[in-house]
Amino acid sequence: MCTLLKCRCWLAGRLREARAARCAGGQWPGVCAGLLWLTLCAVAQADGSVARYVTLPSGTLASVLANDAEGALAVVDAFSMRVTPVTQGEFRGFLQVHPEWAPGRVPHTFSDAGYLAGWPKDGGDAAPTGAGNVRDRAWDHRPVTNVSWFAAQAFCEAEGARLPTWLEWEYSAAADATRTDARTDPVWLAHILGWYGHPANTPLAAVGGPANVYGVRDMHGLIWEWVDDFNALLVSPDSRAQQDGDKLKFCGAGAIDLKDKQNYAVLMRIALLSSLNAADSTSSLGFRCVRPL
Amino acid sequence: MVSRFLALLEMAWATRTALCTLAFAFAASASAAPDDATRAASLVPPASTAAAPVMPEVVPTNSIYQLNVALTDQSGQTFALAARKGQPMLVSMFYTSCKFVCPMLIEATQSIEAQLSAAERARLRVLMVSFDPAHDSVAVLKAMANDRGLDLHHWALARSDAKSVRKLAAVLGIQYRSIGNGDFNHTTALILVDAQGRVVARTTELGSDDAAFVAQLRQTLAAQDQ
Repeated sequence: MCTLLKCRCWLAGRLREARAARCAGGQWPGVCAGLLWLTLCAVAQADGSVARYVTLPSGTLASVLANDAEGALAVVDAFSMRVTPVTQGEFRGFLQVHPEWAPGRVPHTFSDAGYLAGWPKDGGDAAPTGAGNVRDRAWDHRPVTNVSWFAAQAFCEAEGARLPTWLEWEYSAAADATRTDARTDPVWLAHILGWYGHPANTPLAAVGGPANVYGVRDMHGLIWEWVDDFNALLVSPDSRAQQDGDKLKFCGAGAIDLKDKQNYAVLMRIALLSSLNAADSTSSLGFRCVRPL
Repeated sequence: MVSRFLALLEMAWATRTALCTLAFAFAASASAAPDDATRAASLVPPASTAAAPVMPEVVPTNSIYQLNVALTDQSGQTFALAARKGQPMLVSMFYTSCKFVCPMLIEATQSIEAQLSAAERARLRVLMVSFDPAHDSVAVLKAMANDRGLDLHHWALARSDAKSVRKLAAVLGIQYRSIGNGDFNHTTALILVDAQGRVVARTTELGSDDAAFVAQLRQTLAAQDQ
């Protein structure tokens, strides 16, 4: 039965990718299909199942980051996004193919002391240490955290993807189950904000919460997530003072301004991301990947 | 009947996996040749491939030279970041159309250099990498090097692809963001790395001389001399 599900999932993934594929120049449809197939195979090889991506259509977004052209909406090109954050099981599969990212081998330039805390040094089969860290099916399905930006980026690259940009992440995170932009709904805002009040000292839940309108899950309420351009979120320590900015610190127009100050849940994400170095890791910071279409 | 059907599926799955392995091997061999720039730009720690230019035994684990990115300088020469290893280096990021801080960054670096003896200067390298691969072509970098009278024996202005620029900034702890019209917001820092690529000091005081930074630079150059 499990095999059957895997197979169906694989086929569905292939069809979706095939539909979404737009080959450069269009003169190599065979090669392109083959490459897609290879990419999917590579992903399937890594963890025994196919990473599921769904397509988000292009659109516009009133980003909480003030747009640089005053008042204009940010344009987001279509992309496909992982349905769920990357799990511990998936990351372990990645380490088997790329042992250079195992906690015992990753260079300090790309990691901090908390990198994959509790994992065996070689990233292998030994039981992880720490409370609630029995390596079982439940462990496999929890989102991977304690990973640096570099490791997250390497994981995504290994499956032919990359980290989402902030804008892509925000675009997907603006949706609820029925609306592409639920951010004007105070009830929904209060609901997603609720998670931030929870203590972070319990083991994380498994991935696979309710889907938003695009079919993407766990954008809120499970973990913080790395974005590709986390080091583009130049937030002045005091956003109110940004007008004169510290011109010596921030070349150009100074730190970014934050619009829509009601959306605390998303503003907190920006505040966290802008405070991080790429080698940092925390026990509630994970990631997911996207592919451009 | 059902179990027979499942057994068949199982077989199909196994065949697919085998085919995948074959195809994967093929893809790996096929991708070895083309697109060297992309490969070089991807973040592959040194031990992972034989082709990686970085040698793990000589690059410390906290070295910026762990980052495998390819840069192209103002003369059109392409080199791995790790090829800068061997001498202390001042490194920073900039873009040529920047009106205010970037010219100051270059002047500040020149002013620091001017405080060194000729012998000290000869042991120091300077690398400035552009945030703006879309506009800062080799020709633009060359023109800027000429305008600013940079000593190209030990200065290099360089460019890379957008992905590598993001990674280099991540390694150097520099934030930047395109704000349209070819302009960028960015933090400005001048970073000193030793001959092995370990970050020794950084300064954001570009308007006035940062004496502690210069002292640290002298010390690093002297250590290199021994």
